[in-house]
Amino acid sequence: MRKKIILFILLGWLLLVIGDRVDELRVYQGAQIAMYTIALASIVLLTGYSGQVSLGNGAMMAVGGYAAALTLNNLGSPVWFAFLMAIFFSALFGALLGTAAARLSGPYLAGTTLALAVGLPAIANQFSFLGGEPGIFFDVGLPPQRLGQEFTQYKWFFWIATLIALLALFITSNILQSRFGRTWRAIRSNPLATELSGIHSSQMKILAFTISSALAGLAGAVLAMTISLVAPGAYTLTLSFALVTGAVLAGVSSLPGVVLGALILVAIPEIADALANRLGGGENVSSYLPGLIVSILLILSVIFTPNGPGENLHRHHRKKA
Amino acid sequence: MQKLLETLLIGVSTGSIYALMSLALVLVWRSTRVVNFAQAGQAMLSTYFGYEIASRSEIFWLGLAAAIIAGALVGAGVDFFFMRVLFKRAISGPAAVVAPVIATLGLLGLIRSIVGLTWGGEFKSIQAPASKDGLTIGQTTIPFSALNILIIATVSLILITLAIIFQRTNLGLSLRASAYAPEIAQLAGIRTARTRTIGWAIAGGVGAVAGMLVTSYNFLSPYSLDLLLVFGFIAAVIGGLESMVGSVIGALVLGIGLTFILNYVGTSLVFIGGFVVLIVVLLVKPDGIMARGKARRA
Amino acid sequence: MSGLAVSELAVSHGAIVALRGISFSVQVGQLAAVIGSNGAGKTTLLRALSGLNKASSGSAQWNEREILGARPDALVRSGISHVSEGKSVIPELSVRENLVLGGIWRGDKSDTNAAIAEVVELFPILGQRMSQSADTLSGGERQMLAIGRALVSRPKLMLLDEPSLGLAPIVIEQIFATIDQLRRKLGLTVVLVEQNAMSALEIADIGVIINLGEVVASGTASELIDDPALRAAYLGY
Ligand SMILES: Nc1ncnc2c1ncn2[C@@H]1O[C@H](COP(=O)(O)OP(=O)(O)OP(=O)(O)O)[C@@H](O)[C@H]1O
Ligand SMILES: [Mg+2]
Repeated sequence: MRKKIILFILLGWLLLVIGDRVDELRVYQGAQIAMYTIALASIVLLTGYSGQVSLGNGAMMAVGGYAAALTLNNLGSPVWFAFLMAIFFSALFGALLGTAAARLSGPYLAGTTLALAVGLPAIANQFSFLGGEPGIFFDVGLPPQRLGQEFTQYKWFFWIATLIALLALFITSNILQSRFGRTWRAIRSNPLATELSGIHSSQMKILAFTISSALAGLAGAVLAMTISLVAPGAYTLTLSFALVTGAVLAGVSSLPGVVLGALILVAIPEIADALANRLGGGENVSSYLPGLIVSILLILSVIFTPNGPGENLHRHHRKKA
Repeated sequence: MQKLLETLLIGVSTGSIYALMSLALVLVWRSTRVVNFAQAGQAMLSTYFGYEIASRSEIFWLGLAAAIIAGALVGAGVDFFFMRVLFKRAISGPAAVVAPVIATLGLLGLIRSIVGLTWGGEFKSIQAPASKDGLTIGQTTIPFSALNILIIATVSLILITLAIIFQRTNLGLSLRASAYAPEIAQLAGIRTARTRTIGWAIAGGVGAVAGMLVTSYNFLSPYSLDLLLVFGFIAAVIGGLESMVGSVIGALVLGIGLTFILNYVGTSLVFIGGFVVLIVVLLVKPDGIMARGKARRA
Repeated sequence: MSGLAVSELAVSHGAIVALRGISFSVQVGQLAAVIGSNGAGKTTLLRALSGLNKASSGSAQWNEREILGARPDALVRSGISHVSEGKSVIPELSVRENLVLGGIWRGDKSDTNAAIAEVVELFPILGQRMSQSADTLSGGERQMLAIGRALVSRPKLMLLDEPSLGLAPIVIEQIFATIDQLRRKLGLTVVLVEQNAMSALEIADIGVIINLGEVVASGTASELIDDPALRAAYLGY
């Protein structure tokens, strides 16, 4: 435990140092990576551990984003409190959803969460206090004076996002290594046996949904911070799909993998852009090449390493042992 | 009263298009146990072919025929070149629950990008085969158009054709047997792998019709069929995923339900309406409306 | 040799070796009873012969043609019908549809109808249940339907896996009598897997006793019945 704390602090320090050496764009991307890291952790917990498929994490992110923005704007609360409220409301939402979800399996759950991913963000258009299509502002404020003149807004975002992501990862990894994590895995691999051994699998599933949704909501608030806005257009079906993609590329049941997944999600559009420039294609190429690369990667990884890039390594280890 | 009737009629027209998509999904689910998200991509690709033919010949029905053929070929191709490879590698571990979903999502993305690279992102439209203007009955004009009638007629024709194929022909019997009990079907001499590919082809053709019909009153883009997929899937889940009749009923329930929300509650709530309808149905019947009691099995 | 010749057939399910070198042969028109206790490997043997399980080594020839490695549906085309363990009918289909299924591969509707008529003659009860769903049949009726479906394929070699499973003694007797009658009338070659050793050997020409994936005894049915050591060890009386 102490080792882990030291490790996370070291990691944080390293990231902040790196943050000082790179340009604005990279800093911004760093914040995005932190955001995706949290969001992917939410899927790993839900799907990789408790075995429930959700295509609706974008909707959970929306709940967090709106909760944070409404708190900040209407209560004039400190920023940390807004993030806390994002966690609280999305957890509540997740608990409700999980209660329904615990009765559903496989494709039924996938269908329900998909319907949610499509439907929830559009609600914003109905109620004026949610700001409609243009959304509402979410402004965490300028970086504190004492950090100096050089300290840019994006670097401030990056600091906050990184701090939150490290905290979230730390807590999640502890949850996954606890009794809960073991029980989830047991339920996933043998639902009947766990039920027979007296574990209430539906309660455990609801718990998974709740924590997963809290993480997603937190990610949603971080996303809102980096774009200074919550709007339906930020939490699209495409985002939900991207998250599932990232989780699979990372290996659905590997928590450290989520960083890699997040990195890939952010890096690919960039790589595709570079490639598009090289190829000299027009607008079509730059808008559809990233999708092409992601899809091909996704398909190859499902076929060859469905449990993530770490899988083959692990298998190797086990054989040796 | 009039509004009620209009809503109902439009609901049936909308629902009938969902029915095609949900039928396509159910056909694939029954034979392959995969929710085929790529169905939207397959339908989209086929509709682009249909668009090319329809805009050149200026005959919608020629375009529809082309789309159906393209849809069938693409569907068969996806099963033959993609699903067979996927299933050769039996996937285990935590990814097993998501792998098929992810694979078809990946395929959807792949088709979307290829279409985008080929045709670009701008909206295309296909000349509708009938007027979109509301019908005038006596003095009043209702939002229900000749196109709506044509849509309902086309879908009905397809549903009847499918019903005949499935209930009255040996191909239909082979398709059903291979879906219910592949091993027994194989022991009866059915070429189950080939039969499954034919099932995918039929699903592809049916999905292509849905794509063409949606496009006839909307537009076509690499993303334009995503909602059709979502609503088709919701309808299929409402119907219980296993039953073709159930999927059609589910689609009509959803189409009518959503049109009611649209006309009586508000435009932006239509999308969440799908979720609400779904949750209500699933909470009452967790296995869909067509779920029977556990069948007697020895 | 015409007929079925199995030699050194071995099958594994992953790490579990279910059959370790099985050899026996059955001449055309003969009925072979394969006997053994639970888990002996009887089902695995039939599944390997009908192409459902992959053999790891050995050979099996039907009328001098190798059958191992072929797909089940291809084997049906060469005259091999397998009635798998546990009443292999499709409950979602009607009784008629279950029967028609067996004839689809031949693509001859009138012959399929003729074959179905023959089956109904054999099992009149099925005739009254034609449009009912197979789900509603009793255990014995299902077994008749499963055998009937196989017969509609007009097989030359029939592989039957425990047709007596879960049936009342009187129904078992009926089914065995029908099997006996069938093979005499149609000249069928039959491999009958049974735990019901005595009843099976009574109608069999030859018997093969397997245990833990190996043949422990084989010979004519009467030899086996008369061998006191075997009777004590494997036939249970
Ligand atoms: N799919 C499988 N995977 C793993 N092991 C299997 C499989 N099928 C059979 N076995 C094993 O192979 C051995 C032989 O099984 P088989 O079903 O052939 O026996 P059997 O003689 O038909 O038994 P019974 O009389 O109970 O039907 C058993 O030990 C069984 O556990
Ligand atoms: Mg057996």
